[in-house]
Amino acid sequence: MNNNLIKGNKFEWETIIGLEIHAQVKSKSKLFSNSSTAFGSKPNSQVSLVDAAMPGMLPVINQYCIEQAVRTGIGLNAKINNYSVFDRKNYFYADLPQGYQISQYKYPIVGEGKVTIDFKDGNSKDIRIVRLHLEQDAGKSLHDQNPTKTYVDLNRSGVALMEIVSEPDIRSADEAGLYINKIRSILMYLDTCDGNMQEGSLRADVNISVRKPGDDYGTRCEIKNLNSIKFIKQAINYEAKRQIEILEEGGTIEQNTLLFNTSNGKTRPMRSKEEAHDYRYFPDPDLLPLDISQREIDKLKSSITELPDDRKKRYVNEYNLSNYDASVLTADKYVSDYFDDVINTDKSLKNSSKIVVNWITSELFSILNEKNVEINKSPITPKYLGRLIKLILEDVISGKIAKDVLIDMYNTKRDPETIIDKKGLKQLTNTNEIEDIVKEVLEENQKMVEQYLSGKDKLLGFFVGESMKKSKGKANPKILNEILKAKLSKKN
Amino acid sequence: MKLDTNTINKIAKLARIKLSEQESKDLLKDMNSILDWVEQLNEVDTDKIEPLANISSSSLPKRKDQAEDINSSDEILQNSPDKLEGYFAVPKVVE
Repeated sequence: MNNNLIKGNKFEWETIIGLEIHAQVKSKSKLFSNSSTAFGSKPNSQVSLVDAAMPGMLPVINQYCIEQAVRTGIGLNAKINNYSVFDRKNYFYADLPQGYQISQYKYPIVGEGKVTIDFKDGNSKDIRIVRLHLEQDAGKSLHDQNPTKTYVDLNRSGVALMEIVSEPDIRSADEAGLYINKIRSILMYLDTCDGNMQEGSLRADVNISVRKPGDDYGTRCEIKNLNSIKFIKQAINYEAKRQIEILEEGGTIEQNTLLFNTSNGKTRPMRSKEEAHDYRYFPDPDLLPLDISQREIDKLKSSITELPDDRKKRYVNEYNLSNYDASVLTADKYVSDYFDDVINTDKSLKNSSKIVVNWITSELFSILNEKNVEINKSPITPKYLGRLIKLILEDVISGKIAKDVLIDMYNTKRDPETIIDKKGLKQLTNTNEIEDIVKEVLEENQKMVEQYLSGKDKLLGFFVGESMKKSKGKANPKILNEILKAKLSKKN
Repeated sequence: MKLDTNTINKIAKLARIKLSEQESKDLLKDMNSILDWVEQLNEVDTDKIEPLANISSSSLPKRKDQAEDINSSDEILQNSPDKLEGYFAVPKVVE
């Protein structure tokens, strides 16, 4: 199975992709100083003397950041290293006061791991992780405010990042999207990163090359600093095409660092490339090596409750959902938590999980999307939705009326029973009442009845519709159908 | 190991330090004599020995994740030759 191949003008090509994901650790203070990490604060208001690299300042590591890196490593099914070292990565840039970034080079805190991505067709694939290491984030530069100046805000300088490096196991833009979604989901379940791509808490560098299937890897280019899944996919598709065109015309790929222009969807080389980076890594003499005992690792392991894959398995086993449905549902922790809360409202819902899924992903989502509200802030509580679905299953109201009740629930924050009572929306299950309605409808439409009796079977739908209308949508459809058929056959 | 002037100039450029020709020459001499001196260490056989990141036997000190509200803008910008609305203003970095 290889439907990932891209057709060029002459050959078919395979895209080889590896990702470096930068995930900001969800901590209150920075990796080596106690200034705040809060987003959107006044520029340069969260810059300690350590962050500004004033002479004589020494870094002291944040214990919590170490723990979150270890927990993330466990979530990535990775080897946690008992020994790791912090190195200086030296380069000169305006938003890097130290003149070096404290990172981990030869001995990262986390080693090899793997994550699984799930496809629509039910297949899955493992993407191998090379490593995860801790490092400092740089400040933020604003280039477009002034023609001759760059403005620098150091608030982000020194915030802890986890760099997660994958093997080049990814073969298409879609796989890259699934992979980054999976990483994001794992981080959010662990609560080690807030996953907010808009605010830059999660961003990625993409390494990409192309080859004819079976050939050795081609020369790769690196696209820097992409902060949305949409842009990652666009950049990959554009860059793969660009490389294929060059190779098919007999050219060669120059190894390059690229930037993606989000307004025209193209990649271009970074201008500073001529000064090939020479980072001169060496162990930071200000920091001792980091030792983590197996006991500490085990303790952190026990703090992890349920990861997306565990939850997915539970949904497949307990609720009989398909692998893909379960993976979609568990991708977002808040959605998945909501689902759990709905289904735990009542035992009867466990056997109707598919209905619960549909009510969340179609009806509830359409209201929330329209109002632009996140599911964890939904005015319709999971309990109320659970009770509404139960009322449908028990034939107290029809699914159609339930949709209106749901909108009412959103607007009034009331429970479904109160709304149904107040508006008299209970389904008619009383056969006498329904019989009366049917009788009326048939009397009012004698001509149609004759046509029906002479063979126009399709008119049954018309009678159902008219009767439903008369009952204001409240008639139980099953009973209504039975009564209609019985009455009509009597006339024959 | 011997350094040449090109290497000295490259190191200076990476560190954004401007050197006159004379300074470059002096540094070449100094650094080569330092390297010669350090070279003596090569007499020791270090095969199969992991590099040592630190000679201290104590362990890495750690701190709790507590954030301090420092409102540092004024203080941190004090030495800046140029600033605007709380930002450092530096010569344009193209990218």
